Amino acid sequence: MTAPRIRSWLAGLRPRLVAAFAVIMILGATTAAGASYVFARRAILEGVQDQTMLKLRDQIAAYLPTVSLPPSQATLDSFATALKSSNALVVYRELHSSSILSIDDVPGDLRHAVATTTNIQFQRVDVQGFPLFFVGIPVQTGSGRPSGLEVYAMTRLTDQQEAIDELARYAVLFSALVLPFAVGVGLLAARQVLRPVRALNTAASQLGRGRLDVRLRAKGSDELAQLVTTFNHTAAELERTVGTLRAMEADARRFVADVSHELRTPLAAMNAVTDVLDEDADQLPPDTAVAARLVSAETRRLTRLVQDLIEISRFDAGRAELRREDLEVAAAIGDTLAARGWEPGAELAADLPSGITARLDRRRLDIVVANLVGNALRHGAPPVEVALRQDHGDVVLTVTDHGPGIPADVLPKVFDRFTKADTARARSEGSGLGLSIARENARLHGGDIVAANTGTGARFELRLPREAW
Amino acid sequence: MTCAFPNNGAVAEVLVVEDDAAVREGLQLALRRQGHVVRTAESGELGIEVLVHHRPDIVVLDLMLPGMDGFETCRRMRASGPIPIIMLTARSDDFDVVAGLEAGADDYVAKPVEPRVLDARIRAVLRRSAADQPGGPAAAEERHGDLVIDRSALEVTKRGAPVSLTPTELKLLLELSRTPGQVYSRQQILSAVWDHDYLGDSRLVDACVQRLRAKIEDVPARPEYVQTVRGFGYRFGRS
Repeated sequence: MTAPRIRSWLAGLRPRLVAAFAVIMILGATTAAGASYVFARRAILEGVQDQTMLKLRDQIAAYLPTVSLPPSQATLDSFATALKSSNALVVYRELHSSSILSIDDVPGDLRHAVATTTNIQFQRVDVQGFPLFFVGIPVQTGSGRPSGLEVYAMTRLTDQQEAIDELARYAVLFSALVLPFAVGVGLLAARQVLRPVRALNTAASQLGRGRLDVRLRAKGSDELAQLVTTFNHTAAELERTVGTLRAMEADARRFVADVSHELRTPLAAMNAVTDVLDEDADQLPPDTAVAARLVSAETRRLTRLVQDLIEISRFDAGRAELRREDLEVAAAIGDTLAARGWEPGAELAADLPSGITARLDRRRLDIVVANLVGNALRHGAPPVEVALRQDHGDVVLTVTDHGPGIPADVLPKVFDRFTKADTARARSEGSGLGLSIARENARLHGGDIVAANTGTGARFELRLPREAW
Repeated sequence: MTCAFPNNGAVAEVLVVEDDAAVREGLQLALRRQGHVVRTAESGELGIEVLVHHRPDIVVLDLMLPGMDGFETCRRMRASGPIPIIMLTARSDDFDVVAGLEAGADDYVAKPVEPRVLDARIRAVLRRSAADQPGGPAAAEERHGDLVIDRSALEVTKRGAPVSLTPTELKLLLELSRTPGQVYSRQQILSAVWDHDYLGDSRLVDACVQRLRAKIEDVPARPEYVQTVRGFGYRFGRS
């Protein structure tokens, strides 16, 4: 995995779910282990302490009646000997028994506490990592008065501490053992959550790519299943709406196509006789001549418009066919220019290097070139430059004029139908469909046309792949 | 009626088969002003009747006809003799063009018809019948295998039997056989045979070659006289 992939994986839901599970499990395990450790430790230690204290107290109670106050050194020593099994030290004022436990070993705090109270005192001390338990008892006489005698005893808690340490080790060990288990459970839970999420993601992206019939199977009744159900409803509704819109659009386009076809026959009749009107206009009374020429000219315009509408509805209906043939592109473009009477000169500069061949539809190439050059001559200003070049697998034709350029608000929709750059010239020579038709033809070839302003005019760039793909 | 004759001479008798009365009348008027004699028919059946009785020079045939459609009409007219046929089609409606050419049309003009374009095509077709007369009577016959081409009499025989060719087919054969072995592109053939000044439809050539092969080749699927040069065009010759 590469670094970005790792980053994106880490940013995902799965590691977060796994981490959350691991934290929860470890917290739970640690808390349980910690609590049982604390309780077990206390129980162990208290058991030892109680045992020690009770034993010592009983021994003191048994021996005390034989002690006379104030005691001598010998008395203290024999007292300590009586308490030998508890390893005790007996203190009276400045005197103390000579026991194994030295007076210096007894913590000062404990001695002070014993001196000032009448209760049994105890203290746990760690000496160089060894836990020691000290008990201090202020001895009272039979009548309950303080006798001034103090008995101290010390027990090593090494065995107990080892048991406790063992407990702690097991707690840590079990917590550690829980970790992979937690990760496994986390992964499993993540999978349960993520699988439907991933399916939803795939389905949604398919929906975005236009596959409106995509549906998911909702399993169970949890929130994810609800989400899937909602997604299915949304997709179905979207499909229905888009279907309705498409049907409406198809109806509208079919209507345009039908109207155009219906117009064609009467136009054909009128178009057949426009020459007659033009030729005879001179012999007509002036008003009638004007009317005749007007009818003639507008009939031709209408004919062009209807032809263009029929052409574009053929693209809309997907019935436009491409008939590729091997072409010498420069010659084909030269033919187009010559056929329209556009000779190179002050108005038009053509840079058409020969030797560029391509498999193109000759008629459609003619339409595209005629529209681009005609458009430049009508709306731009001379000179119009036509330049052909080969760019890898494409042939590229640029048509550049030196006019005012295309207004910024028109530029994005210059290929839209009936877009007019100059509203004042709304009724121009063209049908308003020329550039749309040109681009449809280019796209049918697998190419395209783009428009741009050069700063000194407009430039249209036609790009067509040389070979069919 | 004062008629302007922009193109002197070559007055043809034209049969226009068109079901729409206004279009029929408009075409009749326009063609008459170009100097042609025009007969009209409003259906395929009537058109064939006029063809049989009056033997026009050329037929202008609408493909969209009630009753017998334009394709069938075209086939029957073609079967009756080598009459040149120009069909009227919806512009570049590819299916119509291909089907019409297969039915035997020599050329087509897209609707709505520009009378000048139609007139130019009519004259071009008619020129084919008389175009290949090389000055004198010399070198009358050429022999290519079993095929004998008589350039002055404009006759073609195969193993002694006459082959009936339309003017377009004949012109195509004459052009190709002028320099056997030379390869002609479809555009070259179009400008030489059809007189299309620019942007002819190369399907005209392909369809005409098919018809010509059906008449002169022993096995049209494996042509010996009119050979296809893939990616470029056609050449004449027995190789």
